Amino acid sequence: MSVVCGPAIRLENLTLGYERHPVVHHVSLEIPAGGLVAVVGPNGAGKSTLVKALAGLKKPLQGQVHGLRGQRVAYLPQHAEMDRSFPINVLDMVAFGLWHETGALGGLDRAQRERCHHALESVGLQGFAGRTIDTLSGGQFQRALFARLLLQDAPVILLDEPFTAIDARTTEDLLKLLHRWHAEGRTVLAVLHDLAQARAHFSHAMLLARELIAWGAPAEVLGPGNLARSMGMHEAFDDEAPPCEVPEGPAATVQAHDHRHGHAHGHVHAGEEV
Amino acid sequence: MALLSILSPLFEFGFMQRALVGSLALSLSAAPLGVFLMLRRMSLTGDAMAHGILPGAALGYLIAGLSVGAMTIGGIIAGLAVAVASGLVARSTVLREDTSLASFYLISLALGVLLVSTRGSNVDLLHVLFGTVLALNDEALWLLGGVASVTLLGLAMLFRPLVLECLDPGFLRSVSRWSPVAHYGFLALLVLNLVAGFHALGTLMAVGYMVLPAAASRFWVREITPLLSLSALLAFAGSLGGLLLSYHADLPTGPAIVLCLGLIYLVSLVLGRQGLLCARLRQTKHLRA
Repeated sequence: MSVVCGPAIRLENLTLGYERHPVVHHVSLEIPAGGLVAVVGPNGAGKSTLVKALAGLKKPLQGQVHGLRGQRVAYLPQHAEMDRSFPINVLDMVAFGLWHETGALGGLDRAQRERCHHALESVGLQGFAGRTIDTLSGGQFQRALFARLLLQDAPVILLDEPFTAIDARTTEDLLKLLHRWHAEGRTVLAVLHDLAQARAHFSHAMLLARELIAWGAPAEVLGPGNLARSMGMHEAFDDEAPPCEVPEGPAATVQAHDHRHGHAHGHVHAGEEV
Repeated sequence: MALLSILSPLFEFGFMQRALVGSLALSLSAAPLGVFLMLRRMSLTGDAMAHGILPGAALGYLIAGLSVGAMTIGGIIAGLAVAVASGLVARSTVLREDTSLASFYLISLALGVLLVSTRGSNVDLLHVLFGTVLALNDEALWLLGGVASVTLLGLAMLFRPLVLECLDPGFLRSVSRWSPVAHYGFLALLVLNLVAGFHALGTLMAVGYMVLPAAASRFWVREITPLLSLSALLAFAGSLGGLLLSYHADLPTGPAIVLCLGLIYLVSLVLGRQGLLCARLRQTKHLRA
């Protein structure tokens, strides 16, 4: 696998939503190339929607994403809409990660098959190649999906709650892969709920609660003040809400932007989950 | 000796040989297609689509009489219209595939029954519904052979996108633009096979070649590639059995073939490696690791 370094990913006044209701509201920031970014926030904060937009699967209501055009993006959704009863073995499933090399028509040559075996070893699934996927446990299956991500060899990797319902040991193993990708210069974005994990393993943190609450070094972003503010988000859509009047022009920055709903309340202890 | 006398009509009669060639073609194309239907949980889609092609076939029949060409073209047009319309609705509105397909095939079926009933007697309708495998003319054989070739070629080209479309459609959409190609290409092949099948077995029975061998093979093998070949093999075995049964017992051929396919399914269900009996009899002591 090569060391890669693409351009930075710049979100410019990005608003995403459903039926005109914003779920991600006027977010502007720049993710440096090679950043290892934790996306944190309460349920309904727009984390998955943001990741989906970065993967190119959702059109913005307003604003733009720069720096992803022409880059291959590997995306692991939160609930992969996967048919786990499909009659296929682990190796063949993982081999689809090489789609960018084989295309729709090509088969695998010997070297590619070797790389698939190697990817399975990297995620601790040696000996599983010939088993059908319906015999894998939840954690083993997640490891297999990471093996597929490895083979995708993409400069940008988006992970939506990759460690939810995954045990400590598997999480630890998979986090090592994240560090490896980081060391190779890939940009990695992971949606998380474990704040300690975000502080310990990530170079950047993005705290979302529809608005961008804070962005930067995890220790500062995930401080008690910011977390309390993120909890104050009003989750329900307001059907009577008027059109949003924030101008398109120069992007509002985190500090300058005062367009929050709700107020800071509640009390958050460090290490608690959001 | 007894075996030879059972098989003898295959050597004696031209119509039996033609029927056998026709069903071989259908086994090679419809059965593997049925495996994908099963894996996409669309087994009933084949049945719905078979009803959907009726108005086209009926219109062809009304215009040109009992002509393979007219009925084929009519059937293909009607089938593709139903497939594309339901696909578009499913992919761009809140309705899921099953509901949108059901809506369009019902419209199409009602139209077909209406057309058939305005002219023509019930006998003709029976012909369209139940086919005539023992009266396959050259045209029909060419059609069956051509459709089988196109289907095998199409499946070979669409194989990886189709597998991924079943296994992980979101991933397919994120790495390529093949998702709609795989979906509509597959439906087009389905329509072609149903149209080819109704010349041999009739619109209703043609689905038997898709559903039953695929379901039977699932009890024997665990991976997609052997599933495809085994289903074709079982389909051909069933057609052979059905043809001979219909000859010796003087039974209508279409239902005889589908019943033989059904028998293969039931036997697999009970005796297959992942069937009912094996699950019971499997050694009760589990392994250590």
